[in-house]
Amino acid sequence: MFDYSMAEIGNIVVMQGFSGLSMFTVLLLMALGLAIIFGQMGVINMAHGEFMAIGAYTTVMISKLAANYGFVNYYFIFAILIAFMLAFAVGYFIEFIMIRHLYKRPLDTLLATWGLSLVMQQIFRSTFGAKEVSAELPEWMLGSFKPTPDIDIPINGVFVMFLAIIVTAGVYLFMYRSRWGLRVRATVQNRVMAGAVGINTAKVDRMTFALGCGIAGIAGAAFTTIASTGPTTGTLYIVDSFMVVVFGGAASLMGTIASAFGIAQAQSILQFFMTSSMGKVSTLLVIVGILMMKPEGLFASKLRK
Amino acid sequence: MSTFNRRSFMKASGALVGALLAVGVISTHALAADFPTAKVNTTGLAVTDTTVKVGILHSATGTMAISETGSIQAEKLAIEQINAMGGILGRKIEVIQEDGASDWPTFAEKSKKLLVKDKVAAVMGCWTSASRKAALPVFEKENGLLFYPTFYEGLEQSKNVFYTGQEATQQILAGLDWIAKEKKAKTFYLIGSDYIWPRTSMKIARKHIERNLKGTVVGEEYIALGDTQFGSVINKIKLKKPDVIYAAVVGGSNVAWFKQLNAAGLNSAKQTMLTISVTEDEVLGIGGENLAGFYSAMKYFQSQTNPENVKFVEAFKKRWGKDAVIGDVTQAAYLGPWLYKAAVERAGSFDVDKVQAALPGYVFKDAPEGPVTVEANHHLTTKLRVGKWRKDGQADVVYTSDYIKPDPFPKGYQ
Repeated sequence: MFDYSMAEIGNIVVMQGFSGLSMFTVLLLMALGLAIIFGQMGVINMAHGEFMAIGAYTTVMISKLAANYGFVNYYFIFAILIAFMLAFAVGYFIEFIMIRHLYKRPLDTLLATWGLSLVMQQIFRSTFGAKEVSAELPEWMLGSFKPTPDIDIPINGVFVMFLAIIVTAGVYLFMYRSRWGLRVRATVQNRVMAGAVGINTAKVDRMTFALGCGIAGIAGAAFTTIASTGPTTGTLYIVDSFMVVVFGGAASLMGTIASAFGIAQAQSILQFFMTSSMGKVSTLLVIVGILMMKPEGLFASKLRK
Repeated sequence: MSTFNRRSFMKASGALVGALLAVGVISTHALAADFPTAKVNTTGLAVTDTTVKVGILHSATGTMAISETGSIQAEKLAIEQINAMGGILGRKIEVIQEDGASDWPTFAEKSKKLLVKDKVAAVMGCWTSASRKAALPVFEKENGLLFYPTFYEGLEQSKNVFYTGQEATQQILAGLDWIAKEKKAKTFYLIGSDYIWPRTSMKIARKHIERNLKGTVVGEEYIALGDTQFGSVINKIKLKKPDVIYAAVVGGSNVAWFKQLNAAGLNSAKQTMLTISVTEDEVLGIGGENLAGFYSAMKYFQSQTNPENVKFVEAFKKRWGKDAVIGDVTQAAYLGPWLYKAAVERAGSFDVDKVQAALPGYVFKDAPEGPVTVEANHHLTTKLRVGKWRKDGQADVVYTSDYIKPDPFPKGYQ
């Protein structure tokens, strides 16, 4: 480790710092939608990854359109919006036909949404083909940004980072500064009382679930820049998403942020000094250890027992 | 009846041309009649006077459908072509397709169904080593016949399996030799997904680099299957500055690996990479722009210009759409039905034992990749090619090796 010059080590520290931050924002974006659905509603949504895949496929389709009509440089903005709307709409529909019948049976939602995820995967496979596809990225999103000749900051990483900040801010404003958020939180805290004061709790549930799915769609769209799009893409994200939400403590936005940050930094640093898979294993061990001592996660909110 | 007709006709006319024509016209019927079912099928396989049942067993659903779809398409195309030529010993091939569903025990179960219930004469199937290992005991117990298309880690040889892809040493050694010579490479960084195939391959690669190429391995890294975050690994590589990255990353990780490598500034202008896990199929997901300039070591590339391949590519696109691409394994899968046909014809029988004994030694001249020879160890002697990827998702073949004999149990590499 010591046969490198100071400059080289400095450069690596900068790039390694960025890759830690980048992983943090990826995990955060991955987990936000789930934090709303699992955290606020207590629904174990095993199909979360497939809602991300909806976003990813939307982006790929729009990139194909964009390539034909020559607006490749801007299509990403539309792609993200449409990904959100589509995933939102599908989430709304799924809540209506499936989830709302299962609120009183949380463990059954696990099984039902897992089944849903398999159904969705097969729909992707039948519609788009079994092979992986790739969105054509605009020129400005390729390559790296170089503050000095030896430092490369990946532009797609910066893009995901900004998107994660915007979405997190949006979720914060929605949950803690809007009437809708107030109703959502009221329903979570005490469903019966919320209903008694005139909140349409069924409608709140549907909107909350759909919103979580919509955010998963945004995440899926963003991840086409750094990873793959295929029928089973969602399965790559589902474990990490749950890990972040559970570790952070359900029902807490701060918890999700802190947990994504902690996991990302630990994993990123450990993977640098150990091998990649050992880094991941060690991170998981630490998480398991902490969860054994604090079963409700880092930031447990006061829940009704 | 046909024997008599043919003979008398020849006697009467004495014209060679006439004889050839007659053989052409009546050949298929003559063949089936020349090989009565009772004689060519003594073990109760599903062979009738006009048909022979052959199984296809791949994952059409689940994670592995990404990779196995191409193999199914290639095998069906080959079977359709064989049927159009009159079939095998005058019998049309009837396909029974089963879905392994990316689940290894299902492969074993479906193998049993194909062999015991359907009594298929041969099976084209399996893709991952895990699925092959699950199905193998069934094939050995029921004395079935499996044609397996994927390049794999070696260390296996069964009399019930013919391996139409390359085993590890065939894919690895010549490729490393080439890149060491061509790029004057001395330092190597090995990176692969964390399961048996990359680990076995890297073991062979490391031995070869250190012992025969007198090079150094500056890093060896395995990525958990499905991991999509490569930031730290890429930074490590930047610090070590290897002459060559030698990669065997698979699946969703593979796409993330190339996208993030490029975004981190390590494109082909700055870094040489040789991979053994990217074929034309994977490029669809990775995107040509992320791959351009990197190298793959495979036995087959779609862009090969030999007439057999041009014909094959044309037929494949005609059958499966103009956007279809053909990767190394897809081509190897295409060989399966043809080798089976040749084996049965050489044996003059569908009996599994006779077919097994008849195939070694056969040279398949019309293979799209170029002539291949079936060896006594049930693997093929093939060439190795190195392709340099273009932006459009095809590769320019920049190196073709001599013929390499298969060596599934390489001495000194384990």
